[in-house]
Amino acid sequence: MAINEETVKQVAKLAKLEIKEEDIQTFTTEMDSIIDMVEQLEELDTEGVEGTYHGISHHNVWREDKAEEGTDKEALFKNVKTRKDGYIEVPAMFDNGGSEA
Amino acid sequence: MNLETVIGLEVHVELKTDSKMFSPSPAHFGAEPNTNTNVIDWGHPGVLPVVNKRAIEFGMKAALALNCKIATHTKFDRKNYFYPDNPKAYQISQFDQPIGYDGWIDIEVNGEAKRIRIERVHLEEDAGKNMHGEDGASYVDLNRQGTPLIEIVSEADMRSPEEAHAYLETIKQLIQFTKVSDVKMQEGSMRCDANISLRPFGQEEFGTKAEIKNLNSFSYVKKGLEYEINRQEKVLNAGGELQQETRRYDETTGGTLLMRTKEGSSDYRYFPEPDIPNLEISEEWISKVRASLPEMPKERQARYVKEYGIPEYDAVVLTATVEMSDFFQETVEYGADPKQASNWLMGEVSAYVNSEQVELSETALTPKSLAEMINLIADGTISSKIAKKVFKELVTKGSDDVKVFVEEKGLVQLSDPSKLLPLITDTLDKNEQSIEDYKNGKDRALGFLVGQVMKQTRGQANPGIVNKLLKEELDKR
Repeated sequence: MAINEETVKQVAKLAKLEIKEEDIQTFTTEMDSIIDMVEQLEELDTEGVEGTYHGISHHNVWREDKAEEGTDKEALFKNVKTRKDGYIEVPAMFDNGGSEA
Repeated sequence: MNLETVIGLEVHVELKTDSKMFSPSPAHFGAEPNTNTNVIDWGHPGVLPVVNKRAIEFGMKAALALNCKIATHTKFDRKNYFYPDNPKAYQISQFDQPIGYDGWIDIEVNGEAKRIRIERVHLEEDAGKNMHGEDGASYVDLNRQGTPLIEIVSEADMRSPEEAHAYLETIKQLIQFTKVSDVKMQEGSMRCDANISLRPFGQEEFGTKAEIKNLNSFSYVKKGLEYEINRQEKVLNAGGELQQETRRYDETTGGTLLMRTKEGSSDYRYFPEPDIPNLEISEEWISKVRASLPEMPKERQARYVKEYGIPEYDAVVLTATVEMSDFFQETVEYGADPKQASNWLMGEVSAYVNSEQVELSETALTPKSLAEMINLIADGTISSKIAKKVFKELVTKGSDDVKVFVEEKGLVQLSDPSKLLPLITDTLDKNEQSIEDYKNGKDRALGFLVGQVMKQTRGQANPGIVNKLLKEELDKR
């Protein structure tokens, strides 16, 4: 078993998901079988095969640095529950994972 | 216990591009909240982030200025975290293939040089700004979200808050010379987090570290680290054990506050960013960027000393900022004597900028006008005393042609003997006593007479010539 109940709880916490106590066992079994499936890849002999970081082979896709006007604010704010003076209002959050940039 | 301090710094620098790192929305400062942002920044379904080529180039330029190697294969990764300052719920960053690595900079503390190694320089996007209200709500402005950033990670090579301070100053200076960022801590275009731990002298293994966030000025960095050394020392000396934790500098108390311990920290679950294909940086491109690097402070200092004969200390002051250094260079190119240009910039110009709390670029002074003024002093057109008046005018109002300006204002120095002679004769006639004193060897008398002539011309007479003519006239009497 690669996945146990503790792992499920930790993943839920990281993803900020609330899960019911009675569902934990189901998730544990399901996640474990997903990991098992992926683990089949380990059976392949990858000796001498270069690592892959990306599913597509082309590279250097970029744009020139030229600013374009932002998306219409009112359109964007259709997905905003509460607002104040042009700001997005959210419940106060302190230091739990904080701004990482 | 005798403990050694070990410090490593993470410095974030905002790149001065026109558009954002992965979207074309404007990366400009000071717009109405949430107007410089678009569906890509918000991570709407179906949008595609595309890399800003100039941001890559700026990142390379900064990394090269910090003596880094440039990765020829590099990529972006997702760093997952939940916080309202980033609606995507992940930051696009670089995890295991940073654009720059293995760099170093030289710092100086109390006259002693030290090399600090730089582990990596990677590219990423900035988060938005959260303002905490007092009503249990926070207010988010996403204009900054997506702005290109570089994160510069040092090795844990610093051994004191003073070294950390010098490191930051040097990073700021070097990046500023490349002009890829404003690097202003007070405006947030340069930010700093510190990792600090203590260990007994002689021990190789690092002690348990604390990460200090919110060190948003040079003095906070010093104060925060000093506080932290004290805090950790107390725990260790009392036989206690430290836990690995993240702390926040509190500017009201000058101390640090616990944010979270290691157990509470998030696991960012990095994975390669599927929306952005890998980058292959050609040697040719790297060479091109390297060639575009400006002459850096150390090289400029050496040249100023060698070519212009400027004292080393002055050369260091002149290259403290790229603005000053470029201004000096241009003034010299406009024909000013380098030593005079240096004296003016370090003297009157710096005094003005400091007392008025403005940037050099915000004054009306230009390299051309400063050079013209210096040349007018050199050829005797204006006296150095008058020059101070002229300078005041140039720095506040400016002038396109200083020569025309001084002529129009009647500030030209009176050097013509035929015009000065009558004044001198007149002065001597009125001061018989001084003539006698002079003849009796009292040198002060000559000074007094020069002063009288200067006074009569309201400071416009050329003191050198007045001196010479006075002596000649005195000898005749």
